[in-house]
Order: sequence, then structure tokens, then C-alpha cells
Amino acid sequence: MSDHRIELTVNGQTRSATVEGRRTLSDFLRIDAGYTGVHVGCEHGVCGACTVIVDGRAVRSCLMLAVQADGAAVTTVEGLAAPDGTLHPVQQALRDAHGLQCGFCTPGIVMTLAALTSDEKKPGAETLLGAMSGHICRCTGYQGIRKAARALAGEDV
Amino acid sequence: MKPAPFDYMRPDTIEEACAILAEAGGGATVIAGGQTLMPLLALRMSQPFILVDLSRITALRGVTRIAEATRIGPMTTQNDAIADATLQSRLPLLVQALRHVGHHQTRNRGTIGGSIAFGEPAAESPAAAVALGATLELRSVRGVRTVPADEFYLGPYATVIEPDELLTAIDVPDWPADSVPLFREVALRPGDFALVGLIGSIVLESGKIARASLAWFGMGATPIKARRAEDALIGQSPDSLQPALIAELAIAETDPFDDHHATADYRRTVGQRIFTRTLSEALGIRQAA
Ligand code: FES
Ligand code: FES
Repeated sequence: MSDHRIELTVNGQTRSATVEGRRTLSDFLRIDAGYTGVHVGCEHGVCGACTVIVDGRAVRSCLMLAVQADGAAVTTVEGLAAPDGTLHPVQQALRDAHGLQCGFCTPGIVMTLAALTSDEKKPGAETLLGAMSGHICRCTGYQGIRKAARALAGEDV
Repeated sequence: MKPAPFDYMRPDTIEEACAILAEAGGGATVIAGGQTLMPLLALRMSQPFILVDLSRITALRGVTRIAEATRIGPMTTQNDAIADATLQSRLPLLVQALRHVGHHQTRNRGTIGGSIAFGEPAAESPAAAVALGATLELRSVRGVRTVPADEFYLGPYATVIEPDELLTAIDVPDWPADSVPLFREVALRPGDFALVGLIGSIVLESGKIARASLAWFGMGATPIKARRAEDALIGQSPDSLQPALIAELAIAETDPFDDHHATADYRRTVGQRIFTRTLSEALGIRQAA
């Protein structure tokens, strides 16, 4: 079993650490680095709750090793709202559309939508709704989430 | 669950990776995008001594043109491939199939080569490689060899890759720009593995079918080429075809299984229907309802 020195940025802050090869990025972020907004549901790539942004792309952090994020820029849900507490547009859209209840799935959904809407080319509703297949929500029945996604695509909802 | 301990190695070159695999004598597992392997590690269904991460080998990424073919680096992610201009213009059928692989989030890391080499029988990429007539390049310290995709699969998750070999290129021959694409899959939800899937390409020359290549996925232990149906199509003109009869030939070559999602009978019934419908639609044949 091997230990590895890694250096990465999380929400703009540089962090270095020594991790075991088998440490998942989700456990590193949540347990070692304290970003408890990274929710871990299934630990094997099914639920989407652990989704974070790595180098601009939404990925499941339980399906990546911490050592693989060496040199990467990682954003978790803690990195989205402004310092004064103003919500990120994705967070605001979910709030406006009642897109969350217990909130367990929410950070993952927020990160997927944030990654896609930060893109230069404004994604259409079809793209945003399609990407929601990667998230499981046990509470909302999805309609509020879909409404938020359509609002973010610029549709009248 | 958490993965069992392993040594993690991240070679920068193909040569280094092959040397590690040769040295490990079967104790090493290669990780490409990890979107299938990471769950297996977490569930401890896979417990390698050494994990060899290919993610920093730049030579394994990207799409290039070679003589009458497109060379796809196996470490090209599914989403990069979908966005690639060469693949969009040269191999639109592959791009269409890749849109069905997993979810947006897993396509951001999941790779074409990883999926082809893993050999999930219900996955889209292996069947696409078979249907498009791809050639797979395998390297080891012993040398390099190429294997046609339709001779690559031995059974579920079993391929001809030796423990010391690495998939280093996927070469897909050119198809005429006006080839007729066929693609349909039935899955429980978008992003799930197919219960039944069909992919293929047909070339028409002066109104007759000159070339046909069709493969099933989710219909047996490996992707299955529908050879008898292909043979029956060659030389025919679309108006004289009876798609339901060709579908029967195609289904006869499958060997689907029962699982908790669907019975083998269900798969055969649905397979026959989607074959008939997909072929009819692709060739503009009116079907009696
Ligand atoms: S915890 Fe990562 S997908 Fe469920
Ligand atoms: S809000 Fe509870 S799981 Fe989605």
C-alpha cells in the first residue's frame, strides 16, 4: 500500500496532504479536508450526491481517487455562494423552484448545474435536464429540480 | 465500502506502463477513467495489488486521422469524444452511441478505451467497435499486435487482452459519408445499461445494399454481430426487403439471458421489434401496422 503527497486547490485554496492510494476524493474532501458539503450516499457511483467540479467538469468524487486530483482545481458546494452569503444562481434557482427538501442530494445537483451553466455556450434545457439523470433524489419527486433546471436554461417557468 | 489497500502507480508513458504490467505478472489492474472499476474496488469485487493509472499518459488521448481510418486514443473521455469535430463528421454513429453511455458526470471521466477493454456485454462502446469494424492495438513489452473488435470479446468482461497488455489505439475505418446509421436501445432509464440494444451501419450503392454491419448489445455474453442478417441484406434494394424476416435471422444469432430486469424471452421479443422498426425507419420502408 502506497502513500502519496498531493497538492490541489479546493475552492481556490491550496491544500497539500499525504493520502493513501486507495483514498477516494470524496473521503479526502469530506473527512480529511472538512468539506462536509460533499455528501456521500452510495460510495459506488450510483446516486450522484458526491458530485464536485474538477477542472471545470462535474464528476462523481467517489469514483475518483484523491491522488488522481493531484494538481487539480476542485470546487465543492462550499465554494459557490458569495462571502456575504448571496447564493449562486443555481442555488437560488433551486430555492425558488422548491427544488430541495431534505437536501441530501442537493450539493451534487448544484455542482452539476453549476458546472454546466458556467460554460460559455449557454446550455439548453435539454442538456441540463439530461444531466439530471446522474442524480437520485428520494424526496422531491424531481419536479422542482426540473423547474430550476429549465429556469437556468432561460425558460419561463 | 472502501477499496482494499493497493499500491498506486501513475506512469507518464506507454513504455513505463507496459514495464509495470510486465513486472507485476498479473497482480496489476489498469485504471482508465475508473467509472466502472472504482465501484468494483469499493465493493471489493476487485482487489489488485497494484493499480496502474493511465490518466497522465498524454499519448493515449485524442483523435487523429490515419490512412482511411480514425485513430481514437483509448483514454479519450466519452464527453471529449462526443464533442470532437472529427468524430462528429467521420463517425456520427459512434457519437450517437456514446451519448447513451452512463450519465453526463460519468462521461466526464469515463473513457472509450476503458469501456471497450472492460467488455460489459450490455454496454454501447464494445458493440459500436464491433459494428464499425474497429481494430484494437495491444501493446506489451513483448511487442504490439492488432485484433479486430469482433474477435476481441470472449465472454462477459473477458477479452483477449493478456495481463501484461495495454490497449493503446482504437482504429475505426472510414465509412462513406452517406452510410445509413442504425441505433436503438431500450433501457430502464437514460444512462442505464441496455436491456436490448442494436447498432449498425448500411451502405447503399445505386439503390442496393452494398455493405451492412449490425451488432447487438445486451443480447448475450458479448456484443453479437448479426452475420446472417447482414448477408441477407447485401444486394437487396430497400423496397423489396421484408424487415421482419431479416429481424428473425438477426434474433436467431443472439443468446440473451434472464436477469432481475428482464427475461430472455422479453429481450428476444423486444429485440425483434426494435430491429424491424429501426431497419424500416433507417431505409424508409413503410411497415404495415
Ligand atoms: S456517493 Fe458518489 S455517486 Fe453516490
Ligand atoms: S432533497 Fe432529499 S434526497 Fe433530494
